[in-house]
Amino acid sequence: MRKVKVSPIEQIVVHLILIIWLLISVIPFAWMLSTSFKGPGEIFIFPPRWIPKNPTLKNYKDLFQQMNFGRPFLNSVVVSLSTTFLSVLLATMAGYGFAKFNFKNKNTLFLLVLGTVMVPGQITMIPVFLLLTKLSLLNTYWGLILPAIANAFNIFFMRQFISGIPDELIEAAKMDGANEGWIFFKVIIPLSKPAMAAITIFTFTGSWNNFLWPLIIATDESMYTLPVAVSVLGGQYTENIAMQMAGSVIVILPLIIVFLFTQKYFIKGITFTGLKG
Amino acid sequence: MKTPLKAIITFIGPSIILLLIFMLIPIIVSLTLSFTDFNVFAIYNWSNASFIGFQNYINLMKDPLFWRALLNTLYALVVAMPLTIILALSFAALINREATYFKNFFKVSFYLPSITNTVAIAIVWSWMLNPDYGLINWFLGLLGIKGPNWLGDPAWAMPSVIMLVVWKAVGYNIILFIAGLQNIPDYLYEAAELDGASRFQQFLHVTIPSLRPTIFFVTVMTIIGYLQLFEEPYMLTGGGPLDSTLSIVLYLYRQGFRFFKLGYASSIAFVLFIMIFALTFIQMKVGKNIEA
Repeated sequence: MRKVKVSPIEQIVVHLILIIWLLISVIPFAWMLSTSFKGPGEIFIFPPRWIPKNPTLKNYKDLFQQMNFGRPFLNSVVVSLSTTFLSVLLATMAGYGFAKFNFKNKNTLFLLVLGTVMVPGQITMIPVFLLLTKLSLLNTYWGLILPAIANAFNIFFMRQFISGIPDELIEAAKMDGANEGWIFFKVIIPLSKPAMAAITIFTFTGSWNNFLWPLIIATDESMYTLPVAVSVLGGQYTENIAMQMAGSVIVILPLIIVFLFTQKYFIKGITFTGLKG
Repeated sequence: MKTPLKAIITFIGPSIILLLIFMLIPIIVSLTLSFTDFNVFAIYNWSNASFIGFQNYINLMKDPLFWRALLNTLYALVVAMPLTIILALSFAALINREATYFKNFFKVSFYLPSITNTVAIAIVWSWMLNPDYGLINWFLGLLGIKGPNWLGDPAWAMPSVIMLVVWKAVGYNIILFIAGLQNIPDYLYEAAELDGASRFQQFLHVTIPSLRPTIFFVTVMTIIGYLQLFEEPYMLTGGGPLDSTLSIVLYLYRQGFRFFKLGYASSIAFVLFIMIFALTFIQMKVGKNIEA
C-alpha cells in the first residue's frame, strides 16, 4: 500500500465536501419523511420545521382509506415479485444454456440476445401496446409482467457467471447419468446463488420503479402500480402535499430497505456492468 | 458432445421467444408503423391505417414542437452530462483516497438517490422547489438570495429538471468510477511521485488517462440515458411552462398515448432509436480502441 502524507487541512476540506454532498443526497428523503407526518396546519409554516410539533399518521391513513392505496401497493408487489421470479428463472436457464450447451449457431444466437440490451423501451412500446391490446391484456397482470420477463442483461450476466463453473462438475454428473434438468437444479442453481441474488435485486428494483410501461398498460385505476398511483396523487393540488409525501414514502421505503440489506450485491453488479461495458 | 435439442429448446427457447416477441419484432413493426397514419381509429381495426410513405418523417421535420423537444433534450444533455461526470469523478476520487474515513458509508449514502423511484422523489423535489414554502428558496433566502419561481418560470424549469437528473445520476456513476480507480496500478503513482509530480498533477496525468475507458463508457451511457429523459419533466412540469421542458420521449408519449397518433409517434421513436443506436455503435467501436 502506498502511504501518502496528508495535511490535516486537506483532511478537513475533503471530509467537509463529502459531508455537503451527503446532506444534498439525504435531505430530500428527510424532508419527505418529515412532511409526511405533518398535519394540515404545519405544512405551510415558514421557516420550515424539521420535526413536526404534532406528528400525525393521518396522511398515511387517508392514503389507504380515501385513496385506496392498498390496491396499487398490492399490484406493485404482485407485478414486481412475479416479474423478478420469472425473469431470474428464465435468465438462469438461458445463461446455463449459453454457457454450457454445445450446439450450432450458439454464438450467433447469443449475439442476437446481447443486441437487445441496447434496444430502448420507447421503440418497442407502441408495437407491444398494440399487441397487448389485440390480446386483451391491457389492464391485466400478465400485460404488466410478460413484456418484462425476458431480460437480455440478466441472461448475459448469468452466462458470464455460469461460464466460470468448472466443466468437470457437469461432466461428472453426466457420467452418473444426470440429464440437463438434473444438472440445472442440483449443480448450476446451488453454485449460481450469488449471481442470481444480484439480478434478483436489480430486476426487483427495476420493476418496482418502472413507470412508463404501467402508465401505458395499466390505465384502469384498479390496475395502477404504485408509481402511477403516486404520479396521479402528485397531479393534485397543494393541500395534499403531506399526503403526496406519505405516498412517496410508501414507494421509496421498501427500496431503501432492500438496498441497505443488499448493497454489497448492488455495488458488485454495477461494477460488473461498467467493466464489461 | 452435442446437447439434445429438447434441452436446448427447454432452456433457451422461452427467453428467445419472449425477446423476439417483445424486443426484436417490435423494432420492425415500429419502423413499419412509422410509414403509416395509424391513429386512434386503427387501434381496434388495423385496416383503418394506410401507408403514407415518408409523410410522418416529413411532418416531423416541419414540426416546431419536435424541434423544441429535441433542443430541450440536447440542452439538458449538454448541461447535465458534464456536470454528472465531473461530480461523480470528483467524489469517487475523494472517497477512494487512502486517508478518507467512512468510505463505505459515503458510497452507500451517495447511492441512495440513484436507487430511488424517480416519480416519488420528483414529487418531493417539486415540493422543495416550491417558490414560497420550498426548502431550496428558504435556504437561498438564508444566503440573502431571492430564489426564482423554479418550475413556473420557463427560464428556470429546465435547470430544475437538470438538478433532479444530476442528483439522481451521480451516485451510480461514483460506483463505476471507484471501480475504475481501483484498477489503476499503484506503481504508476509511485513513478509519478519519483518524478516529483504533485498530487494534482498525478490526478491529471495518471488518474485521468488511466480512467479513459471508464470515462468513455460513463459518457456514452449517460448520453443514452439523458436522451430518454421522461419521468423528471413529466412529474415536475409536464413539459411546461411554455414547452420549456418538453423532452423527446415526453413528446413521443404525448403524441402516442395522449393523442394516439401511433404512426407519428413511431417516427419519433425511430429517430430516437437511430440516435441511440449510433451512440451504442460508437461506444463499441471506439471503446475497443481506447481499451487497447
